[in-house]
Amino acid sequence: METLSIYAPKLITSREYIASGHRACSGCGEVLAMRYVCKALGRNTIISNATGCMEIISTPLPQTAWEVPWIHTLFENASAVASGIECGLKALKRKHGYTREVKVVAMGGDGATADIGLQSLSGAMERGHDFIYVCYDNEAYMNTGIQRSSETPFGASTTTAPSGKASMGQHTWQKNMAAIAAAHEIQYVATSCSSYPFDIMTKVEKAIKIKGPSYIHILSVCPTGWRCPSNSTIKMGRLAVETGIFPMYEIENGKYTLNIDLPKLRPVEDYLKLQGRFRHLDKDNTAEIQEKVLDEYNKVKRLAAGNKAK
Amino acid sequence: MPDNGCLTGEFFMNGDNACAEGAISAGCRFFAGYPITPATEIAERMSRRLPVVGGTYIQMEDEIASMAAILGASWAGVKAMTSTSGPGFSLMMENIGLGIMLETPCVVVNIQRAGPSTGLPTLIGQQDIMQARWGSHGSYEIIALSPDSPQQMFDLTIKAFNLSEKYRLPVLIMSDEVVGHMSEKVVMPEIRTEDLFYREMPQKGAAGYLPYKTNGSLVPPMAIAGQGHHFHVTGLTHDERGYPVMTSRAQDQLITRLVDKIRLNADDIIMCNDYMMEGAEIVVVAYGITARIAQFAVKQAREQGIKAGCLQLVTLWPFAERRIGQLASQVKAFVVPEINRGQIVYEVERCACGRARTLLVPHSGGEVHKPAIISAAIRECHADR
Repeated sequence: METLSIYAPKLITSREYIASGHRACSGCGEVLAMRYVCKALGRNTIISNATGCMEIISTPLPQTAWEVPWIHTLFENASAVASGIECGLKALKRKHGYTREVKVVAMGGDGATADIGLQSLSGAMERGHDFIYVCYDNEAYMNTGIQRSSETPFGASTTTAPSGKASMGQHTWQKNMAAIAAAHEIQYVATSCSSYPFDIMTKVEKAIKIKGPSYIHILSVCPTGWRCPSNSTIKMGRLAVETGIFPMYEIENGKYTLNIDLPKLRPVEDYLKLQGRFRHLDKDNTAEIQEKVLDEYNKVKRLAAGNKAK
Repeated sequence: MPDNGCLTGEFFMNGDNACAEGAISAGCRFFAGYPITPATEIAERMSRRLPVVGGTYIQMEDEIASMAAILGASWAGVKAMTSTSGPGFSLMMENIGLGIMLETPCVVVNIQRAGPSTGLPTLIGQQDIMQARWGSHGSYEIIALSPDSPQQMFDLTIKAFNLSEKYRLPVLIMSDEVVGHMSEKVVMPEIRTEDLFYREMPQKGAAGYLPYKTNGSLVPPMAIAGQGHHFHVTGLTHDERGYPVMTSRAQDQLITRLVDKIRLNADDIIMCNDYMMEGAEIVVVAYGITARIAQFAVKQAREQGIKAGCLQLVTLWPFAERRIGQLASQVKAFVVPEINRGQIVYEVERCACGRARTLLVPHSGGEVHKPAIISAAIRECHADR
């Protein structure tokens, strides 16, 4: 996170592009993240939004929250629709003297990004469209009632990966979307979290400057689906970062930077024990998670250290 | 074949859950799913129930994959099912065609909501009826059933598995949001082995097995992976050896058989429920939840002295052509209420062939018909000279 001489909300524009009064659950980290993303994007933005929580909570009248041009696509095609918008704008510029710089942004949840929409996202990144993809990762299909996705953490209980006698809940590790995006050799990939507004905005501002695709993956705390109190949203996101469960980093032209590098990570238990979805985990499960988290965290750390050495 | 763990007795549950229990009782041991309102409850229940009865639930990355996975599971020898709603059903179409071409037994449940596109995710529609019939490309026949209650969700799911195993094709359960979400009494009897049908298989170790050679019937025995037979299956047009043959002759042989195995067995497949049909002059042709509302309207009409009846289509496809054709020369009119702007009504019209009036009572979706609307249509036909 960049060092700021003053740390005060007045450094953020007061202009909102997501109006208040939407239908999100109380304590929703995802809509918070979206609000900061949109503040950083500003007015000249067209958003292509996949089906999901953010689509449904921000659109039905009279709680329509959008103040920028916005299109609801299907579940699997936000990036493909964004590709069309970007090319359409190019044609307008080429043929009709259109001059305004418009940011094309595709958004979706973890299901729309890592599962059903991965193909269209990969296609759009490969073709090199000038667009930003923002994934709001709340770690399950929350809109339909907490079903597991490929971003659901190991050990979490969901309605389609329930914990019980025959299963301990989700038994696979999360898909590493940032690495998948980076494998497309795009110029800018970043991870961020709904509890770090300045980090989100800085990263979106960087992505805007990139000509070509950029990908931002935002861990978005979901009290409803994670089974934690709605007033613990900010704390939960910070714990995800402070335990190393969710490292915040950037990959700029292949170079890793770890944005928050704590001298000592907190034990994962601090994070897991506060959430109902992990309630059933025993000591062995927690130890397994701890080991994997350190492993992954150190991997990112090594990649970032490698850059510094050069 | 049912293992321990099948529920029996009386329960109060919704249609989605009853469907899942029907599948377990039918011997379904593999479910590939993807969350979608209003069908999610089926996947959720299967994810809890299958591990207990020794089955496998997997959640796929989308509905394309879900449909493909159940084809794979079926070829591995397991009874397999998936469930979805409108948008997911659209994504499944290509793989449903593959299931038809490979002749793969499996069951697909569509808890219909109102469309097109995202439409009304939480509210009812009966708008995928023609898509069920024609949604995948090519010329084919399909089997589609339409339950009207949680009880029928249980019963017809078992029936669907039996039909799919008997005729070797994906069988569609075209339910709807109201039936899926309403809770009623469901009686689950003990399902005995003899109540269930499992695909006819070739003799173990039989030399010269040809995967698509029929023995007099129209349905070839189906080997499963690991059974010891050397065979090849493909979505390309193939001969009885299963290998691609790209000629119009091979195409004609294959497609004719795929179509005939349903058309020529239509009487075995088609189920209708008659309600107050004795001497009926005005017949309400309805299916799914709409049939229950139609029955209420019919009862009211009878009380007013109008000779009305209700023909409930339990099987949507293949269509009850002969029954409608016979009725057409006996009755004055058909009234067809459906929660779309006209789909099954065209089939009724086709079979009535001008011999009886056909009146559509359309509904765009989001709720069920009010009985009064159907009653008014019955009275209108009654007043016809």
